[in-house]
Amino acid sequence: MIKIKDLYKKFGKNEVLSGLNLEIGEGGIFAVLGPNGSGKTTLIKCLLGMVIPNKGEITVLGENIKSGSNYRHKIDYLPQIANFPNNLKVKELITMIKDLRGKTSLDQDLISLFKLEPFLDKKLGNLSGGTKQKVNLVLTFMFDSPLVILDEPTSGLDPISLLRLKKLIQAEKAKGKTILITSHIMSFVEEISDEIVFLLEGKIYFKGTITELRNKTNQPDFEHAIASILTDNHV
Amino acid sequence: MTNVWSNTITVCSSCSVKTIHEALQQASEGDTILVKKGIYKEANLKIDKGITIIGEDLPTIDGDAKGEIITIGADNVTLDGFKIINVGVSYTTDYAAVRVVNSSGFVIQNLELEKLFFGIYLQKSNNGKVLNNKVRGEAVTEFNSGNAIHLWHCNNVEVRGNDVRNVRDGIYLEFSSHIAITDNFSKNNVRYGLHFMFSNNNDVINNVFETNGAGIALMFSKFMEVERNVITKNWGTAAYGLLLKEVTDVNLKNNLFLENTVGITVEGSNRLVYSNNDFTSNGYAIRVKGACYENEIINNNFLYNSFDISYNGKINDNKFDNNFWSNYTGYDLNKDGIGDVPYRPVKLFSYIVNRTPEAIILLRSLFIDLIDFSEKVSPVFTPDDLMDENPRIKRIDHDKN
Amino acid sequence: MFKILKYSFYDLMRSRWSYVYFAFYLLLGVVLLFLNNDLSKAVITLMNVIIVLVPLIGTIFGVMYYYNSKEFTELLLAQPLKRSSIFLGQYLGVAISLSMSLILGLGIPFVFYGLFMSNAIWDFSLLLITGTFLTLIFTALAFNIALSNENRIKGFGYAILLWLFLAIIYDGIFLMSLIIFEDYPLDKLSLIGTMLNPIDLSRTLILLKLDISALLGYTGAVFKQFFGTNFGLIVSFSALTLWVLLPVLRITMKAKKKDF
Repeated sequence: MIKIKDLYKKFGKNEVLSGLNLEIGEGGIFAVLGPNGSGKTTLIKCLLGMVIPNKGEITVLGENIKSGSNYRHKIDYLPQIANFPNNLKVKELITMIKDLRGKTSLDQDLISLFKLEPFLDKKLGNLSGGTKQKVNLVLTFMFDSPLVILDEPTSGLDPISLLRLKKLIQAEKAKGKTILITSHIMSFVEEISDEIVFLLEGKIYFKGTITELRNKTNQPDFEHAIASILTDNHV
Repeated sequence: MTNVWSNTITVCSSCSVKTIHEALQQASEGDTILVKKGIYKEANLKIDKGITIIGEDLPTIDGDAKGEIITIGADNVTLDGFKIINVGVSYTTDYAAVRVVNSSGFVIQNLELEKLFFGIYLQKSNNGKVLNNKVRGEAVTEFNSGNAIHLWHCNNVEVRGNDVRNVRDGIYLEFSSHIAITDNFSKNNVRYGLHFMFSNNNDVINNVFETNGAGIALMFSKFMEVERNVITKNWGTAAYGLLLKEVTDVNLKNNLFLENTVGITVEGSNRLVYSNNDFTSNGYAIRVKGACYENEIINNNFLYNSFDISYNGKINDNKFDNNFWSNYTGYDLNKDGIGDVPYRPVKLFSYIVNRTPEAIILLRSLFIDLIDFSEKVSPVFTPDDLMDENPRIKRIDHDKN
Repeated sequence: MFKILKYSFYDLMRSRWSYVYFAFYLLLGVVLLFLNNDLSKAVITLMNVIIVLVPLIGTIFGVMYYYNSKEFTELLLAQPLKRSSIFLGQYLGVAISLSMSLILGLGIPFVFYGLFMSNAIWDFSLLLITGTFLTLIFTALAFNIALSNENRIKGFGYAILLWLFLAIIYDGIFLMSLIIFEDYPLDKLSLIGTMLNPIDLSRTLILLKLDISALLGYTGAVFKQFFGTNFGLIVSFSALTLWVLLPVLRITMKAKKKDF
């Protein structure tokens, strides 16, 4: 599904990705973890073509991302901070994204799933952070693409919506999709992900299941395993 | 004066008298020569008797570029209704279509002059009239062209209703006085529409000067009335509506200066009164070049000129009062029709443009407005007493009769 | 690109600022006409307003819009859209909505006043065309500034500085250099100096039709040829077009290379 070869990215003098290699197969939920500044967001943005790497090659579904913007038809992306044009209504935003990406009928189900009906005619500028995140989720999931990238999907969600989100992610996985998640909430990661990709200093430090990680670090649970990686590497 | 014994001699191609020259030989004092329609190739016609020469249906006298065509050297000659063409061009002699020398009581009217050097040349002649003539020259430069109506050392002449175009100077006066110039139309002349040198006590009334090199040049003259003239569209290098140079005691009243590069350029001129004039859409309305004292500028309209007044000195001895300035931004709280703050018609920018003409390209830029404003608040470069203490709030409706 | 344009435009057409801008011009037009009662004079006053305010509003508005819609832009970037079409779409959305406010805001009172029956219509149209050009130019410059500066305080600072420079300081330097070098032939230099600043260029273009032409005779043959014929008009309009194209080109170049 995703092949990344020798990826380098510098911001000024600060090298964020230094020769990163990663291969992600088809199907499953992958959590991208790492301490602050390890390059998680940069990696995702490289995948989306928002950050342009200094060196290296990325292919998504066999298509080199440099060759154009069309590969993004196969990606659904949930950005970390959702901020929309304040003067558009929720309904109009959804119509607009549909207009930009193509037709879909999934939006109605998602709207009712997140109980967004009462907000459809409200302006985006007047919504709360949580509601905006729900709109954000609707926009992400309504296109049914084979690759889903979620950047901090849980932020601002109430417990019920969180539950619904988890269910939704599982359902998507069941369809055979590949889902990439970044999150700071370890319990969420542990519960939902099949594999962990751990980034450290711009490289992949570890890639495998949670069990493998526990074995490697000799720690009883996931959170301790992560903590031990960090202390061992003096981060 | 006609006496009962006077004769009429008729000239035509089939008459017994076939040339004007022949008729002039035969005529005696008080006679009339009637010239029928036709083309008469004659030049150097000398009129030395007090006779009347009338053209019927505008006969043409073609001088064939042989020099002067008609020379009048006697009193009481009337010349009426001819088309006169092909005057000789010379760089040493001022050949004219019609020349009047040392004569009095002449009337020259209804002539049409074409292909000329000088048109009507009056020399030391008095008490005559030049009426309703049309002059069409082909002048391109000042050097090889002459004037349409030229007065030299004349006195008491009426120049009225003439239409003069494309010559050097439309009307030229030198050492002439008591000349009334009225109702003339002067257009497309290479140098001046009307040109005065050393000529006093003259009236210029109700004429139109359009697209000339410059409209009127008044130089070294005094005691003049310039009234109800329209001076317009004198554009281009060194162009102006009215040039006043070394003149004194002139009344400029009720004239319209419209769309000239400079409305009036004035230099070394004293005791002039400018009143009830309209200065509309000129580059400069009045450009004062120095040494002008005791002048009064009152009750004029200054409308949409890029610069109202330009001064290049710091001394002012002229009075500006009761004018309407379209650039005035003051207020009138007591509603007496007079603005409560004085108006300063000289901008700093006009001072700069005097020094560096290319700076004109910055006209109306915000920076220029700022420096103009600061100069207005505290004058440094421009005369600080030059202002209209009583600027009007509404434009003046002049009585234009 | 046109889809982005459409949505940016709709978004802006509903924003409070567009109405404020529109209302400002409407008020200006009404006040000028009904206090002055003179169309020609109103056109001259309008010129002063347009060449100063339109660039200022274009710059501020452009920078503001870019920073405000930054996160949304990132959402768009993740969509299968070309980068250049996203930014050009947004740019045109801002520039067109600003131009609409200008044209309608000033146009309506003038039409009611009887513009179509007046011979000031050409001067007035020229004024609006130049105003539109200025909007296009300064919004593009604003986008350039915003694209190059992540920090919005810096971005706003540079935007104000740019306006201040082109609207006032440039002319000050220009005038000083004319006075310093007054012994040399300056006509060509001053024409080039004018071309290099879009505000000066617009001002001269309008003055060409208003009052500068009456003064050109004094300034020599080069000016006369430039301003007296259509040559000047053609060159000025080409220069203005270039002033739009170059910043827009830089927007697309910059956008292609930028990391978000």
